[in-house]
Amino acid sequence: MTRDPDGGLRIGSPWPRRLLVSHGVLVYLFLYLPVAVLVVFSFNAARQTAVWSGFTLDWYRRLLRDDGLLDAVRNSLEVAAVTTGVATVLGTLAALALGRSPAGFRGQRATQALLMLPVVIPEIVLGAALVTFFGVSRLRLSLATVIIAHVVFSISYVAIVVRARLAGLDPALEEAARDLGAGPFDTFRRVTLPLLLPGVVASALLVFTLSIDDYVITSFVAGVGATTLPLHIYSMLKVGVTPEVNAVSTLLLAVTIVLIVVAQRLLQEDRRTT
Amino acid sequence: MKARGARALLLPTWAVLGVFFLAPLALMLAVSFRQRGVYGGLRAVTDLAAYLRSGAWLANYIRSVSPIYLSIGWRSLWMAVLTTVLCLLISYPVAWWIAVRAPRRWKNLLLGLVVVPFWTSFLIRTYAWMFILRGQGLLNAVLLGSGVIHRPLELLYTPFAVMIGLVYGELPFMILPLYASLEKLDRTLLEAAADLGAGRAAVFRRVTVPLTMPGIVAGVVLVFIPSLGQFVVSDLLGGAKSMLLGNLIQNQFAVARNQPFGAALAFELTAAVLLLLLAYALYMKRKGEEVLL
Repeated sequence: MTRDPDGGLRIGSPWPRRLLVSHGVLVYLFLYLPVAVLVVFSFNAARQTAVWSGFTLDWYRRLLRDDGLLDAVRNSLEVAAVTTGVATVLGTLAALALGRSPAGFRGQRATQALLMLPVVIPEIVLGAALVTFFGVSRLRLSLATVIIAHVVFSISYVAIVVRARLAGLDPALEEAARDLGAGPFDTFRRVTLPLLLPGVVASALLVFTLSIDDYVITSFVAGVGATTLPLHIYSMLKVGVTPEVNAVSTLLLAVTIVLIVVAQRLLQEDRRTT
Repeated sequence: MKARGARALLLPTWAVLGVFFLAPLALMLAVSFRQRGVYGGLRAVTDLAAYLRSGAWLANYIRSVSPIYLSIGWRSLWMAVLTTVLCLLISYPVAWWIAVRAPRRWKNLLLGLVVVPFWTSFLIRTYAWMFILRGQGLLNAVLLGSGVIHRPLELLYTPFAVMIGLVYGELPFMILPLYASLEKLDRTLLEAAADLGAGRAAVFRRVTVPLTMPGIVAGVVLVFIPSLGQFVVSDLLGGAKSMLLGNLIQNQFAVARNQPFGAALAFELTAAVLLLLLAYALYMKRKGEEVLL
């Protein structure tokens, strides 16, 4: 049997190695180049063209004077903070219920299916259903309706991430605590919760990014005066491509990528310690 | 944990999803049988029996299959199919590379680099293509500057731009499930097939593909469903002729103020998606795989 330089067995790869690597590199360029271009050109001095004409921070300075944008940022932070708080608590409780009842209970499978649905159903359907619901129940569209919508799709993500973490926990640790005389509450507080915490924090970070990035559902349920950052960016885009859009996109990307990387790190720590 | 305890923990989630997810879906279905009022909103139904007899309750659904809307439906379907096929063809070798061939120490990094776009703003990722493809955009600037073309190409607001945007947006959703199933692939089986005289292509077609079918199916479902209900990409990158089902639905709620018709269209989309998911769940169950989307 032939061996590759990197030690892997040459097994039934339908593609020659060089082709495989160059295809892989091209796909990663495809994934990252467009966004990288955006970031680079947010520092470009020229207003109209896509030709580099010198470094500037002007577009970022302009953002700070854009009151509409700052309002949108405040709204988005408020929505994301409340959504994260509510969804993390509810999703974690749901994950505990699903992951720590060995005998199972009536409605467990239905609950699992129910938690899957908001993730897989097209976003536009959720937006359409909620705006219909708010209209009929005469709830005025506002930041509150945006928060409700975000909580609906976020609970599932928390439940899925935390449950995966829970599945990786060694039940012997909890049993040991109980054998040593800890009650169910103490076992949870001093053993289960600390072990679960990285997963909970990671899911909270992911939900925060989902909420702060969401456009589709928010566009249905945000009323007048409840413009979030993505809605504001969208209205900027509709007017035209400007360096200011590049700048605000860069900032949003930077914040969310940091959150995602931290979340991924936490989830990987998980795998290493269990 | 006792069943009672589990139910107590689930109560808030059930309440939220019951009131703000299931009830709205049911309500949307009910509204889809109504008629739009003169000033938007709903026209009152005074005599339910007469309303049902008149067949007016089906009017929105009948309208949704009239030629003009049917053609939008077909276009959305084809775009979604094409997106899915392209994503699959592009992703499989990449997933193979990450899972099987890439040096071990790179694996986490390569995988992480697929996960990041998975979570980052779809809107901004779509906008990046506006910036690249428009008349004064980067691609035209590069092509003009290097003398390949003499007049800017019209790339933005075309079906081509929509296709790029869709594939770009959905690609990570295909790579991840493919990676997961290639990672689990028992490679001794491939070696056995090769030892028994199967060539590269035969091993791939007759062993690798069947064994990773659950990953392929999961990726197809994960890419196809969002592509079908898409409206941001077609709105930003497509022209007037690129209207998709998603745009049509969004239009009924935001512009046309015809909620009942929008609700009927959204329900048709939901029904199609649920059928697909049901087929998917049955398939995974038959394969003995965990249904994880």
